[in-house]
Amino acid sequence: MVGTERAPAGPALGIAAGVPDPELPMVTLADLGILREVREDGDTVTVVITPTYSGCPAMREIGRDLRRRLHQAGYRCVTVQTELAPAWSSDWITAEGRRKLAAAGIAPPNPATRRPPGGPVPLTLTAAPRPVTCPRCGSARTRETSPFSATACKALYRCEQCLEPFECVKEI
Amino acid sequence: MSDNSDNDEYGAYQALAEESDDQRWAFGTGFTDPLAGVDTRLPPGVDGAALAAYCLMLGDDALIYSHRLQQWVTRAPELEEETALANIALDLLGQARMLLARAGRADGSGRDEDQLAFFREAGEFRNVRLVERPDADFAELTGRLLVFSAWRLALLRALVVSKDPVLAAIAEKGVKELTYHRDYAARWVVRLGDGTDLSHAKMQAGLSAVWPLVEELFTPHPIEAALPGVAARVLALRGEVDSVLDTVLAAATLTRPDVVPLAGVAGRAGRDGVHTEALGYVLAEMQSVARAHPGATW
Repeated sequence: MVGTERAPAGPALGIAAGVPDPELPMVTLADLGILREVREDGDTVTVVITPTYSGCPAMREIGRDLRRRLHQAGYRCVTVQTELAPAWSSDWITAEGRRKLAAAGIAPPNPATRRPPGGPVPLTLTAAPRPVTCPRCGSARTRETSPFSATACKALYRCEQCLEPFECVKEI
Repeated sequence: MSDNSDNDEYGAYQALAEESDDQRWAFGTGFTDPLAGVDTRLPPGVDGAALAAYCLMLGDDALIYSHRLQQWVTRAPELEEETALANIALDLLGQARMLLARAGRADGSGRDEDQLAFFREAGEFRNVRLVERPDADFAELTGRLLVFSAWRLALLRALVVSKDPVLAAIAEKGVKELTYHRDYAARWVVRLGDGTDLSHAKMQAGLSAVWPLVEELFTPHPIEAALPGVAARVLALRGEVDSVLDTVLAAATLTRPDVVPLAGVAGRAGRDGVHTEALGYVLAEMQSVARAHPGATW
């Protein structure tokens, strides 16, 4: 998880970390790496989260789920804040998060491309064959059918072996 | 963190149905401040009104183009393309929300994103005219998306080092998103341009329809000069954008259209609120619900 070392760990951290993502409910906010910080002082908690994509429509639900669960745990004053920088990377999805995604039929992302700062972003005219394993049958014979899927963070793939379509979390 | 994933999955869906302090008729409706908790104080020496105007320019580009892309939903040739266009529109809408919210804080007016999106007249919008025009067909759509995303990617990349940390953070996220958008558009332009005689002709015609609006993208505006170190200089982006467009056009066996740029009025264009007739149609559709029911939430 990114950034939580800034805050002393209290019960609120565990509660916030265990809140499921509304769009990928098999993983928690901590698994996804979008929980930046949890500050706790008596019955007051401040939770800092970061969006995966600029237009992520789940941010409001995440804030509500955090407030509801922390209120239920006895915290009276719960504030949820957004932090934009540094921008979220799919590399922040934990090993546990990757295991849960794969178990639910969603291929976890490959490492994101690291570019030296300052240079132009290279154009990619053909879809680079990325090593994506079919989460259903384990075959490596897969191909991308669309770089966009049902949520902003996923691409659409198809397995050439078992012929099933599946989603893969995009590298970003 | 080690909760049973089955329980978590159940919990997430159950949460939508259980009693809570508010009524939710559907998932994800209603909005919160996209900059909640973000430090939006002005950096030293930065003019708030100029920064707000600049954020409106970049935000309006994303907002209006997002709306035009959304109009393709249910009209795209294949389901995958519809999903792609909806995703791209959603990314741009997210960028627009943050930029409009940034503008409302920077000028001290306290206007929120909804007030800026839904209660300004056409003459107050500062988007480039490229984004307000409807696409005649899918070829024109991919041509416009290629030009827009190649230009905006270069623009946001330049803004990653902006002296305004909020603008820099919005740009850093946007660069990652625009990289996907530009690749998507470029691949379609190549596929259509280097396809059949018919698809080639339509792609070339699509570029010709879009190209008169390219010059405006690289026309410096006085606001840029008023924000040294904060705003990007569009003139400096031209080499990078031209190189990308030339690469794509060559791979697509297309030629760069030789057309006269669309004139403004006495040197004024989209950035000054001088628009084509097309913007009025976008606003009429986009703003109608908010204006019919001011302050409504659902």
